[in-house]
Amino acid sequence: MSELEHYSLTVNGVERQVSDAWIGESLLYVLRERLGLPGSKGACEQGECGSCTVFVDNAAVCSCLVMAATAVGTQIATVEGLNDDGSLTDVQEAFITEGAVQCGFCTPGLVMAVHHLLDHNDSPNEQEIKEALSGNICRCTGYGRIFAAVDTVISVRKGVSS
Amino acid sequence: MTITKTQRDILGSSALRPDGISKVQGDFAFSSDLHAENMLWGATLRSPHPYARIVSIDVSGAWKIAGVECVITAEDVPGQLTYGLISEDQPVFARDVVRYMGEPVAAVAADHPETCRRALAAIQVVYEVLTPLTNPEHAIDASHEPIHPDGNIIRRQRIMHGDPTATAPIVVEGTYDIGMQDQAFLGTESALAIPDHDGAGVEVFVATQWLHEDRKQMAKCLGMPEEKVRLVLGGVGGAFGAREDISLQVHTALLAMRTSRPVKMQYGREESFFGHVHRHPAQIWMRHHANTDGRIVKIEARFVFDGGAYSSTSSAVLINGVTHTQGPYQCPNAVVDGYAVRTNNPPCGAMRGFGVVQACFAHEGQMDKLAAATGIDEVEIRLRNIIHTGDTMITGQVLESVAPLERCIRETAAMPLPAEMGSHPHELDLPGGSGRTADRRNIVRGIGWGVSMKNLMYSEGFDDYSTARCTLTNGSVELKFATSEVGQGFVTLAPQIARSVLGVDNVTYDTIDTQIGSAGSTSASRQTWMSGGAVDGACRMVRERLFEHVGAVHNIDPLRLAIDDTDIIDTVGTLRISVQEASANFSVSETYEYHHRKTEDLDENGQGNCHVAFAFVAHRAVVDVDVELGLVKVVQIATAQDVGRVLNPMSVTGQIEGGIAQGLGLAVMEEIIVTNGIVRNPSFTDYLLPTALDAPQVVISMIEVPDPQAPMGAKGVGEAPCISVTPAIVAAIRNATGKSIDRCPVRPQDICF
Repeated sequence: MSELEHYSLTVNGVERQVSDAWIGESLLYVLRERLGLPGSKGACEQGECGSCTVFVDNAAVCSCLVMAATAVGTQIATVEGLNDDGSLTDVQEAFITEGAVQCGFCTPGLVMAVHHLLDHNDSPNEQEIKEALSGNICRCTGYGRIFAAVDTVISVRKGVSS
Repeated sequence: MTITKTQRDILGSSALRPDGISKVQGDFAFSSDLHAENMLWGATLRSPHPYARIVSIDVSGAWKIAGVECVITAEDVPGQLTYGLISEDQPVFARDVVRYMGEPVAAVAADHPETCRRALAAIQVVYEVLTPLTNPEHAIDASHEPIHPDGNIIRRQRIMHGDPTATAPIVVEGTYDIGMQDQAFLGTESALAIPDHDGAGVEVFVATQWLHEDRKQMAKCLGMPEEKVRLVLGGVGGAFGAREDISLQVHTALLAMRTSRPVKMQYGREESFFGHVHRHPAQIWMRHHANTDGRIVKIEARFVFDGGAYSSTSSAVLINGVTHTQGPYQCPNAVVDGYAVRTNNPPCGAMRGFGVVQACFAHEGQMDKLAAATGIDEVEIRLRNIIHTGDTMITGQVLESVAPLERCIRETAAMPLPAEMGSHPHELDLPGGSGRTADRRNIVRGIGWGVSMKNLMYSEGFDDYSTARCTLTNGSVELKFATSEVGQGFVTLAPQIARSVLGVDNVTYDTIDTQIGSAGSTSASRQTWMSGGAVDGACRMVRERLFEHVGAVHNIDPLRLAIDDTDIIDTVGTLRISVQEASANFSVSETYEYHHRKTEDLDENGQGNCHVAFAFVAHRAVVDVDVELGLVKVVQIATAQDVGRVLNPMSVTGQIEGGIAQGLGLAVMEEIIVTNGIVRNPSFTDYLLPTALDAPQVVISMIEVPDPQAPMGAKGVGEAPCISVTPAIVAAIRNATGKSIDRCPVRPQDICF
């Protein structure tokens, strides 16, 4: 293709060069195929399923709906950047211990969504949790173990034994 | 944070997924995450018409686009031109005629997905549009020309059992329609094919349910010996039946072979709707004859499953449907006729529940009609009719499985009902949820029941064995199997089995690929039983060898030895030695092939021992319905499920909750809308799936009665949760509205008008 672009994106605090890219590429495509960050998943490509959830300037967005070139100058955070040292966040740990992971395709997006929820509201009620996660489709779990994981994180953060 | 464990991850524990850490961190390699040096992208051109003659295909425009490396059509298929799971009736690429909207016509390989898209747009196909066959009844009455050389009827099966003239004072009948459901796994179809350097073979990383079956079909179409086609399981993002058939496997491998470069194909969501088979839409008529005490005397039924353009597993789905006509109830006399037919609608095949979902929707509707006609409570009428171990089914087969059905029903009935909706509920708790305008005053609560039985494993004489290898070296075990891990958790269960049998803690598993014998498909609730049985068998063989070794070293008869936690003990002496120590400098490897007992074909009257085993479940649904807007909120599902033995409580809970969500989807929202062969809603915007806001409270009881025929006593648990939950929800809607609703999913207009 002739219409190729060069730009840089700040991903997980690091400036990354994007070279020879078609202008039409989504942020999801650039993260996965050009920057070696496949943790964000593509499952619907129209913002319905949340599998591609990342933070752009601390807002949780579907990266499939963001044109990568429009994210120049923003702070982009992906699931790979949640913990620099490779250890688990409390949300990730709770997803494992509560059985919230089956096939795992929705998991990175849901982990991001739960972090986003709990970083803005440390004691959400049931409706707030369900509404916050309603943009992330999980086809395996029926959501029961995901709710259990969220409840566990809330309890642990409050210092209550789960 | 680090996860600390306090108990051994043996059978019965909620062992954690070994792939959990990589999945929560985004490191787990799904097939769509794979890359290879110098890789090309592949893409498929599909028919826009449900039925048309291909007049000409001109691919020259695609070749002119810079970056395009390969364009292939039916002319380029080197081996067999068609494939299929049961009947090889589906073309790799359509050649003379397209038979459904979305049928592959050509494929390209290029340097970028966008280049692929432009190349597909540049291929000129001239079609002569034909009148599609879209009404399944027209396939049966022969009013439409054959749309395929194999004809329009894929299979017909009758069941004649007992006295066909029998009747009884109470007669109820109904015609039930079940919509076309999509599996909607999140990880769309994807594969990476890497050609061998010598050009004579190919390695394919693919998300599938059955590596060996894929390989068999691929090798035929590629015109290569099977050993030249090596399959490796790419990470699988859910399956639910949709990965049982070939989709992009042959196309990807062929593009790689032709270009001598690695090729990756990945469907987008819209293409995924066209790229795999769906749950059969069905119309089922049933007439039940019963005595005034509610006991069933005879069932008459007629099934029509719309198989779509190609046969896939339609013939097996039909058999599952007709043989489950009676549901989990005694029935001495039956007259059943069933068809699976070919139309120009989307091809249908395997989805969780496989024919039994459709049958159950009808027989449970009938049980409620029977309850109403006899004035007997809907729980009591079911209890009066339930089938027991030793009863003869309408196929003449004697039910041998453990059948704790009464416990399933009674324990479900004993579960507490949810609180009534308050006078000022949160808007998200109203039917329709956020942004809707449901009014508390229009909301009516309803309760409904569904009970089912489901066959486990494959039927009709098919020997769907599984293979596993266990290698013990210096106190560590490595397992090898070709069992597709699709999310269900076999990779969690297999090490649990090894720890329990061998008393070791360090258990790993090798790459899941075709470098060992087949494991059969991850479907039909069969892997815990079949591949679990294979792993259990291999570990037991290794244990015997270890005992022989320890016996020789300590001069003890090996028959006296046993595993106690992580030790080997002499059961009649004092020796106690850790497995770790006993297996130091010792290595043994054993392979085991597990087969279930033989089954038989059905005869022309539908008689025969065609199924291996059965599992049972009861569901009670509570719904709130806005009767003016036709909106439904499923408030609670209570369920008691016959699981045999719980091998991992957290995994079983996940299967039950997940299956219920899928059954809920079929009850109130999920349907592929097809009009005149055209799919109207191939996207997650228009095909609605249950979200967190739709998730009901789920109350679970796991009924543990170990089945002596099952390895480890455990029945498969994957399908039962999604079968009778659908009729339970629809019954609850009927209960709330008083409307006679005999179709699913239930749409607002079914309630309002």
